[in-house]
Amino acid sequence: MTSDTLRDAPVRLSVRGLAKSYDTKRGSVPVIADLTFDVRVGEIACIVGPSGIGKTTLLKCLTGLQSISSGQALIDGRPIDGPPEEMALVFQEYTRSLMPWLTVEKNVRLPLNHLRLPAAEREERIRGALAAVGLAGAESKYPWQLSGGMQQRVAIARAIAYRPEVLVMDEPFASVDAQTRFELEDLCLRIREQFGMTIVVVTHDIDEAVYLSDRVIVLGERPARVTEIIDVDFGGARDQLTTRAVPEFAELRSEVFELIRKAG
Amino acid sequence: MVFTSSIPARTSVARRAGRSGTPRWVLIGTEVLVPIVLLALWWVASANSTNAFFPPLQVILERLVQLVQTPAFLVDVGSSVGNLLLSFVLASVIGVLLGAALGLVRPLAWFVEPTIHFFRAIPPVALVPIFVSLIGFGNETRIISITLAALFPVLISTMDGIRGTEPTLAMVSRVYRIGWFDRLVSVTLPAASPRILSGMQVSLITAFVVMIASEMLGSSTGLGAATLLAQQSFAIADMWVGILVLGVIGYATTAVFTLFRRRVLRWYLASQQQEKNA
Repeated sequence: MTSDTLRDAPVRLSVRGLAKSYDTKRGSVPVIADLTFDVRVGEIACIVGPSGIGKTTLLKCLTGLQSISSGQALIDGRPIDGPPEEMALVFQEYTRSLMPWLTVEKNVRLPLNHLRLPAAEREERIRGALAAVGLAGAESKYPWQLSGGMQQRVAIARAIAYRPEVLVMDEPFASVDAQTRFELEDLCLRIREQFGMTIVVVTHDIDEAVYLSDRVIVLGERPARVTEIIDVDFGGARDQLTTRAVPEFAELRSEVFELIRKAG
Repeated sequence: MVFTSSIPARTSVARRAGRSGTPRWVLIGTEVLVPIVLLALWWVASANSTNAFFPPLQVILERLVQLVQTPAFLVDVGSSVGNLLLSFVLASVIGVLLGAALGLVRPLAWFVEPTIHFFRAIPPVALVPIFVSLIGFGNETRIISITLAALFPVLISTMDGIRGTEPTLAMVSRVYRIGWFDRLVSVTLPAASPRILSGMQVSLITAFVVMIASEMLGSSTGLGAATLLAQQSFAIADMWVGILVLGVIGYATTAVFTLFRRRVLRWYLASQQQEKNA
């Protein structure tokens, strides 16, 4: 998939003037002031910004876990007012998002139960998802028997097997070691290639954002606004060594870094 | 839910770290030996006893052997154990169902919870006379008394357990639109199961105490009744037999429950152990 075809792809996820404020005893506290951006079909978009800017709040609004105060979030043109069926979310805390009483295989299976799939397809999805994340053979293990990186793979496999059109990830690789992090980033790119999913990732890692994205959405100010949307044109095939070595990578990296520093 | 699994009964790490490094056989040995030593001490200390209320253990055990062969005694044991188990199972089932409902449906809890806490505050044994006067001396009275007394610990711990469910898991359930039944059976109840089983353990002990008390109040069957009757008719050896058998029943039910808990919570115990070693 080249960047040009991506730019022409239809909009999958559309955020229009989204605002969110929390009601507290001392009145309404605005967290997100006004966000407008689009994510096209098959794109990977990274949302970056200084910590505490409301990135997680934004994800909760996008996945329908929290209500939106004003404005809209649309998936395929349809307003999101509850968890949409074509969306999956990978949480930052893998230890808390997996069921420790279920095996790896059953964790992946649980969301599929209500989809009423033909048995053969269900089994194939589970097998395929576990194979895609490199967990074939670990089906009968329990999450807590696995390392952190492996647990996050289980969470990703669960999302893949669900076959969402949009895969949303909240700082998915924040608490794994650097080597695992690179592997999981490449896994993320592979998933996009293999399943054609649209992926939205919140991250605080600028390198990660540039490496993964077709589009980096930089948030700034408090309450949050979109400071800048940066297009990244590395195309679909990327490599941890060569992509990170090209001069454009360093330029983009500094650009994003500068924006975040100004925003913080 | 089936808990067949690949969880090793005890990992090598767990074994090494297990209870301050004491080997397993020492623990099992202690568990078996201490009662034997105590019985031996009792035997020796009571051997030449002439105190009418403190007969030699030998006499008590001889009486036990005689009594075990009488149908009346077996009926008493059967009645006690039957009431205990039936009431415990009833209390557990009602407690988990009601606790789940109250834990999940907030408005329901607002109405019912004050009442629950009021009745829980009454010592369980004190409820027996109420039921005796309301329903009479029948076996139903005893079952109702035991069940009701044993209901509160499991009910309250189920309620707390369900409310304490990890919020991330609730979000996972919502994002993946997991149906209410799957959510209850595969997410909510297992998440609450460590607390539910702790509550059940307390319920079991409560059931045991109330079982004896219910038989001592105006009943003619059951070990509690038999023991009290023996005491009142100066059949002191019979009284000691009753106490001894009650002790054995209490110990055995607790031991069986502990094994059951360990089996159901294998994932929990093993993951806790893993965390400790991490």
